[in-house]
Amino acid sequence: MQRIMLTTALATTGALLALSVTACAGGDAGSSNAAPSPADPAQVSGAITVLTNRTDQVQDGTLDGYAKRFNQIYPNVTVKFQGLTDYEGDVKIRLNSDNYGDVLSIPNSVPLKQYPTFFAALGPVAELSKTYDFTDHGTVNGTVYGIANIGTANGFVYNKAVWQQAGITDWPATPQRFQDDLRAIKDKTGATPYYTNYHDGWPLTNWGNALGSPSCDPAANDKLADTDQPWAPGQDLNTVDTLLYDVVHGKLTEADPNTTNWENSKSLIATGKVATMWLGSWAVVQMREAAKKAGANPDDIGFMPFPAQQGGQFCSVVRPDYQYAVNVHSPNKAAARAWLDWYITKSGDAQATLSISSVKGTPLPSSLTPFQTAGVRFVQLSYAKNAQVDEIDKASEVGLNAQDYPQHIVDVARGAAPGDLNSVLAQLNEKWAKGRSIGG
Amino acid sequence: MSTTQESVVIAPSGHTGHASPGGSRKRLGPRWFTPWLYLLAPLALLAAFTYLPLADMVSYSFTDWDGLSPFSSFVGTKNYLDLFTRPELFQVFEVSLFYLVGSVVQIGAALYFATVLSFKTRLRNLFKGILFFPYLINGVAVGFVFLYFFQPGGTLDTVLHWFGVGPHLWLGDPDLVNVSLAGVSVWRFMGLNMVLFIGAIQSIPPALYEAAELDGANRWQQFRYIIAPGIRPIISLSAILAVSGSLAVFEIPFIMTGGSNNSETFVIQTIKLAFTFNKTGLASAAAVVLLLIVLALTWVQRTLVPDERVELT
Repeated sequence: MQRIMLTTALATTGALLALSVTACAGGDAGSSNAAPSPADPAQVSGAITVLTNRTDQVQDGTLDGYAKRFNQIYPNVTVKFQGLTDYEGDVKIRLNSDNYGDVLSIPNSVPLKQYPTFFAALGPVAELSKTYDFTDHGTVNGTVYGIANIGTANGFVYNKAVWQQAGITDWPATPQRFQDDLRAIKDKTGATPYYTNYHDGWPLTNWGNALGSPSCDPAANDKLADTDQPWAPGQDLNTVDTLLYDVVHGKLTEADPNTTNWENSKSLIATGKVATMWLGSWAVVQMREAAKKAGANPDDIGFMPFPAQQGGQFCSVVRPDYQYAVNVHSPNKAAARAWLDWYITKSGDAQATLSISSVKGTPLPSSLTPFQTAGVRFVQLSYAKNAQVDEIDKASEVGLNAQDYPQHIVDVARGAAPGDLNSVLAQLNEKWAKGRSIGG
Repeated sequence: MSTTQESVVIAPSGHTGHASPGGSRKRLGPRWFTPWLYLLAPLALLAAFTYLPLADMVSYSFTDWDGLSPFSSFVGTKNYLDLFTRPELFQVFEVSLFYLVGSVVQIGAALYFATVLSFKTRLRNLFKGILFFPYLINGVAVGFVFLYFFQPGGTLDTVLHWFGVGPHLWLGDPDLVNVSLAGVSVWRFMGLNMVLFIGAIQSIPPALYEAAELDGANRWQQFRYIIAPGIRPIISLSAILAVSGSLAVFEIPFIMTGGSNNSETFVIQTIKLAFTFNKTGLASAAAVVLLLIVLALTWVQRTLVPDERVELT
């Protein structure tokens, strides 16, 4: 019995044993750690594996179609795809070995300063930034390790028909106006004015991406590294979180945030049961798809910027999506790099999914035409100090892109947790300041 | 209540047959290792998946490893100091109290059903099956089923509405959420406790009931003086598992609320430290502390209620 007791007690912490992934020494002695673009396609050969989170594109053959077109130029390269449903979790564990594909999207959990440990150098930033946007997001000491395929603009996805039914035709230009509009929707239509997606959490983390939109400041992210008070009045994070708080506090959201459902939210907004959600431009396509399925009008799905203006202009921050990188242990770095370049510049994937291509000079997708017509300024954040910001964020346990942070604001706003707006913001400031003193 | 009860094998009181006929070792000669050969596979699995990771975890708890980097440095007891200078990290144990109360209810209900179903009850095998069934369902499925069950206007609200009870935000109300979650836990694990109790009750010689009945004992008295003392080791085992289980609740709240809305448990908090904030060293220290707390509580409990052999004669 005693033995059983001990074993059970040990097994109690079983869930935590998941932590115990054996660390493996990195660093590759033999081959070079750089993966420059190959000059002559005929010389490039080998088999490469591409890790992707797009399991849908693996299943419907989209990626194999790309590989076929790729082979017309690079006939000696074999491309295989591995779709991973739990991409972040699986790849994080595989990074402890040498076996994580030849080309992969960089998981969000890898800190910027560790990129050189895991990924091959793609080239100097001065050179690559001429061709690609968002390169500084994957740059360590002037060398680029990851290039994004697409960027996403941030804004509210909304149901135009519902907003019109409430008598609103113009985009609100101030947070106050936005709340008044949501109230009008609540009073005049049967729709839920705003849907938080609190339960699934990750859609809610998009609120963290609003940073930079109210102030139009490309340095908004970098400034976080130098301040103890990012939530002081007038700062972006203050404006953004206040809006989220007020919307929830004003009971303009769904009745029970704990039972929201992301998949279901798509058809809710498509059929006009929900009026508004804060997401990225990537969501527009999905919502229109849902509208088609539900027999509603896909053109009812619109996209509007954050309700704030600088000099009479709306701003929308454009952030890079997953960045693609070459495994530093890959034996076929030339083939891997060839695929990476081709996929981003020639495959047409960004256009097909109505996303903003990271290749400079590519026209914006049609879903953002209204932004262009309305003269919305697209702001590309600078990520020069991102490594530092990231470190403070982790040390302080704020988690700007984790779900606990906006969830707590929602909880306090609806009276489910003690405190008020000021105490929440003060607490965040305090944590951030402490994080700076430890990690920054 | 515990999520780990599956690993327990129960030897009900009574027979503990010693299989060691004298002189057998000599006759076996060099084949003394045969039992060890049989044990090789389970022992290897136990070492590889329980003790080795545990040893690793303890060693991580003395480093600043972030869970990813190939390098980490030894920081001594810094993680433990951090842990104990942040009392808010231990506040989440308040949530465990809900599950502890839940497990009292669970053991009570399991005892009741086990006793009732041990006597001649009509369709008792069917009822046993129905009550045990929830334990067989995958925890993730249980989480999803109850998400719909607790939804505003969902099953629970609809049923309660017939009795004139107003709708509640079962998962949205911070005062109710832990009661709801503990309820799910009771529903899921009660059947397991019940089956353990039934097994123990069946090892009580039936002649005792007959004798008691002749002496005029009613059902309650039979339970009080025959069944309860007869299965005391199992009850005390269940109590220990309930306490450690309450401290280490994970699956149900993680799936249903992700620890939001005042439902965060110590294990969920630890997972977040490790995977959201890349503080694997600190999280390992937290896990080690939890292990020590559970071991200490087990020790206290066993000192207070020693495990005596029960002789029912």
